[in-house]
Amino acid sequence: MKYDKKVFIKLFLSTFQLSACTFGGGFVIIPLMRKKFVEELHWIEEQEMIDLTAIAQSSPGAIAVNASILVGYHVAGVIGALVTVLGTVLPPLMIISVISFFYTAFRDNVIVDMAMTGMLAGVAAVICDVVITMGKSVFQKKRILPVAVLAASFTAVRFWAVNIILVILVCAVIGAIDTMYQSKRGGAAL
Amino acid sequence: MIYLELLWSFFQIGLFSIGGGYAAMPLIQDQVVDIHSWLTMAQFADIMTIAEMTPGPIAINSATFVGIQVAGIPGAVVATIGCVLPSCFIVMTLAYIYYRFRELKMVQGILAGLRPAVIAMIASAGISLVIMSFYGEKNLPVDLSGINVVSVIIFAVSFLVLRRWKVNPVYVMLGAGAAGVLMYSVI
Repeated sequence: MKYDKKVFIKLFLSTFQLSACTFGGGFVIIPLMRKKFVEELHWIEEQEMIDLTAIAQSSPGAIAVNASILVGYHVAGVIGALVTVLGTVLPPLMIISVISFFYTAFRDNVIVDMAMTGMLAGVAAVICDVVITMGKSVFQKKRILPVAVLAASFTAVRFWAVNIILVILVCAVIGAIDTMYQSKRGGAAL
Repeated sequence: MIYLELLWSFFQIGLFSIGGGYAAMPLIQDQVVDIHSWLTMAQFADIMTIAEMTPGPIAINSATFVGIQVAGIPGAVVATIGCVLPSCFIVMTLAYIYYRFRELKMVQGILAGLRPAVIAMIASAGISLVIMSFYGEKNLPVDLSGINVVSVIIFAVSFLVLRRWKVNPVYVMLGAGAAGVLMYSVI
């Protein structure tokens, strides 16, 4: 397939900008990507974004890198994925390269520390916001099962420190059984 | 050859760190401090601190840092490539499978079962971040009075701005950083 050069440039710039702003690691990239690719560019659907998060989370490697591979692949195939990986790794590569020459000064800098403490509070708010936005869709279905799965997985991850991969596998099985049960009854699935 | 060693070490880190971020830390320590002695334990602690202070995944940040210490900028590039290679192969395969089969009813059912779990995981990560931000440690302390008021204010304003006006999260994060510098300078 042939893609417009503009798509690659847009993919690169988007992931570069997002990666440069993912302080706090891991899931922070998800709300940023959601805003960019779901709300602004409409390249990805809301539900699809959650699916991609599940894949990114259960694959080896950094969530940010995995999520950008998925987005790049969806928008522009293998080349798209390579472009988004490049966009995602370049900011940390450049920033750490520069910092590594004076890292003790950076680590002990008071202003940097103030900015980081402030930013951590902002990041926490960003994550809480996206959880509410995404969580609404679960409650709007007016079915007990998704809400129960949400509550049970939360308890398992939060309070019992159950392995995330295990939680994902169990929920996949629950989803499969539910689909079989629903189609036997002739009703709509989840 | 040092480049191949870097590539292989970080390839293993990329391959076996499932669950991202903090899951990668012990693997990195094992490869970088224990097996290859590329960094001392003190340097490793430094890079973990810096990785948390700078954007980007911890594994990529430490790949760059270790690469530079061991073999300069080319070392950093090689280590980073090693780190993302396993993701590229595995995630692209999964992406292919996902887009090929997601229309199937069964696959849709499975994905529908997963979605609440994914949201629950992000919620849990979010709560950890809130506690970290308010109390400076991972778990809620016994004494709740040591709360960081500045962080609470920044959190509340950021949250309001996000919910009410749907501001781009990037600007909210940068604004929160600037607010931190301003408010702590005044105090």
